[in-house]
Amino acid sequence: MKTTKVKGEDYGRVFLYTLSTCIWCKKTKEFLKNSNVEFEYCDVDLLDEKDQELTEREMRELNPGGGFPTIIINNNDIISGYQPEKISDVLGL
Amino acid sequence: MAKSPSDSEINEAFEKLSKDAEKSGYHLNPDSGFTKDLIRSLLVNQDRYGYQACPCRLAAGKKAEDLDIICPCNYRDADVVEFNACYCGLYVSDKVVKNKLPVKSIPERRPAPEQRKNQNENAKTAQFAYPIWRCQVCGYLCAREKAPDLCPICKVSSERFELFG
Repeated sequence: MKTTKVKGEDYGRVFLYTLSTCIWCKKTKEFLKNSNVEFEYCDVDLLDEKDQELTEREMRELNPGGGFPTIIINNNDIISGYQPEKISDVLGL
Repeated sequence: MAKSPSDSEINEAFEKLSKDAEKSGYHLNPDSGFTKDLIRSLLVNQDRYGYQACPCRLAAGKKAEDLDIICPCNYRDADVVEFNACYCGLYVSDKVVKNKLPVKSIPERRPAPEQRKNQNENAKTAQFAYPIWRCQVCGYLCAREKAPDLCPICKVSSERFELFG
């Protein structure tokens, strides 16, 4: 799976399943950047077919509703959609 | 990599979509920056897949599997009624426009892939003198041999109709 890292302050592992075309994914990435949180994301729509299928399945195991973005914080908290308040709560921003 | 649409292409699509929406009783998100950003993504998907798949959902890239998420998607009306906006936030309710309500990210309503497959296998067949066709986008019903080429209400193409009843 091809991922991109965005540098910032270390709040543990913050990982996002995103789409390059999704406005809520874009807003979530912007929110994390503006909050100076280090995170890693994968634009699932830009993966090749096989990788995309595997990644979607992996995401659905964590978030059965399958909404984008799906945010995994420290392999524990799972947040679906653009939810700046929830992210702030979990990270203590 | 899909090509990036130009500002003039986005503005042209925005004008057309705004006019069509208002004519059919729908409203685009009044935040034109937000709306144009979504339209840019719709044009990227048009170039990438050959149809305007919802920018906030993962398209399969096969039209038959993505029909329910081609914009306007099958879930728009239910989402606008329940949450005042569709999943990506392109279409909003009257309330949002009049009261300037903020548009938020809402839960995904589209069933998971296995459920969608089961739904297709359980598709109903008509038992009337004429087959009854239902537009999956706006709910328009008609009884005739074939679905109309274009829905007279929301203007989606015949492939968005299902047999009903």
